[in-house]
Amino acid sequence: MTAVIEAQGLGKQYGRRWALSDCTLDIPAGRVVGLVGPNGAGKTTLLHLTVGLLAPTSGSIEVLGGRPAANPAQLAKVGFVAQDSPTYAGLRVADHLKLGARLNPGWDAALARDRIERLGLDPARRAGQLSGGQRAQLALTLGIAKRPELLILDEPVAALDPLARREFLQGLMEATAEHELSVVLSSHLVSDLERACDYLIVLVDSRVRVAGEVEELLATHHRLSGPRRDPARLPAGQHVVAASHTDRQTTLIVRTDAPIHDPAWTVSRLSLEDLVLAYMGKSTHTDHNGRNHRPTLEVQR
Amino acid sequence: MEPWMIEFHLDGRSGLSPYLQLVRQVRQALRLGLLREGDQLPTVKEVVAGLAINPNTVLKAYRELEHEGLVAARPGVGTFVTATLADASLAAHGPLRQELRRWLARARRAGLDEESIEALFMTTFRTAAEEDIA
Repeated sequence: MTAVIEAQGLGKQYGRRWALSDCTLDIPAGRVVGLVGPNGAGKTTLLHLTVGLLAPTSGSIEVLGGRPAANPAQLAKVGFVAQDSPTYAGLRVADHLKLGARLNPGWDAALARDRIERLGLDPARRAGQLSGGQRAQLALTLGIAKRPELLILDEPVAALDPLARREFLQGLMEATAEHELSVVLSSHLVSDLERACDYLIVLVDSRVRVAGEVEELLATHHRLSGPRRDPARLPAGQHVVAASHTDRQTTLIVRTDAPIHDPAWTVSRLSLEDLVLAYMGKSTHTDHNGRNHRPTLEVQR
Repeated sequence: MEPWMIEFHLDGRSGLSPYLQLVRQVRQALRLGLLREGDQLPTVKEVVAGLAINPNTVLKAYRELEHEGLVAARPGVGTFVTATLADASLAAHGPLRQELRRWLARARRAGLDEESIEALFMTTFRTAAEEDIA
């Protein structure tokens, strides 16, 4: 299957600060990709590099086999809904659709009209008079009616209340099923993405900590707890993602392809949220000398 | 839109993957006779629009049910139930439930509260299942 996004050592520098470093990705088509990480981790930078709003400082990125924003054909293949569901406050809903039709060669007018009608949006209303959820739905409608192969959404649900959030994701998933879209959406909350995404990228401090199919990530990560011991003495092939210790007990988040046979460990499965938090490395642990250490985070495929 | 025989729901805390939850809900509906041969399952688009879940999750669940011989996909039409699970074992439910009730009553008389009963049941259930596998 062809890659939707292929990045090699991709990086973006602002002044002396790297907003994104050494990012290597190979995302297959037909996925709904969740890009998670804390605010300021570099999510928006990565998305802007993907749509061609930014040029890389180092490395390379190909989207659907082409350089982002290289030509009109490339622009038509990728839809982008920027943060805070951008709409023109002074323009009516109908004007937005007209604008979409003028600006996009592959515009699906019937789809746009039908979607606005089903949402119960009055075409004569100005976008500034709509609720946050309605504005987000209008922006999504524009993104879908463009009929892109890849739709990219930057924090689309962050500002929405739970009901509007659910309705937005319902609409997005429906479009994904209907048009066989590939989707990338970012969020600082993994719970927003848990049901919708089948591929996950965790971005922390400008680096990709882990990326892969959700199912595979869940199958290869385990929580081990047992009597205190040194994580350095684990069998080869078990990578420690996070570790915490008390005087008597050790708890590890481990990535491994092989089953864990050591009977000293109680092995339990992780939720996607636990997994992401482990990579975000919020927890610190104390070593034998009482010093605090960040957990090891080098695990990456 | 037609009214569907079943509506899916997801439990975020069940620990089961969403696709397995869908598979189980169909099997359960078949066992209880809520779904019968010839019934149509909701389309992928409808399940996805209802639950806000990934389309591949639904496709995977339907493929698994197909693999088990419980449903069949008719291209361009939908997915239909082709088998039933509400077999003779349904008749055994009554007596088994009675025995279980008597067992529960004994457990309470022995001083177990609800949590202890559940823990005892689940560990026994799991151990027995593991012994079956081994």
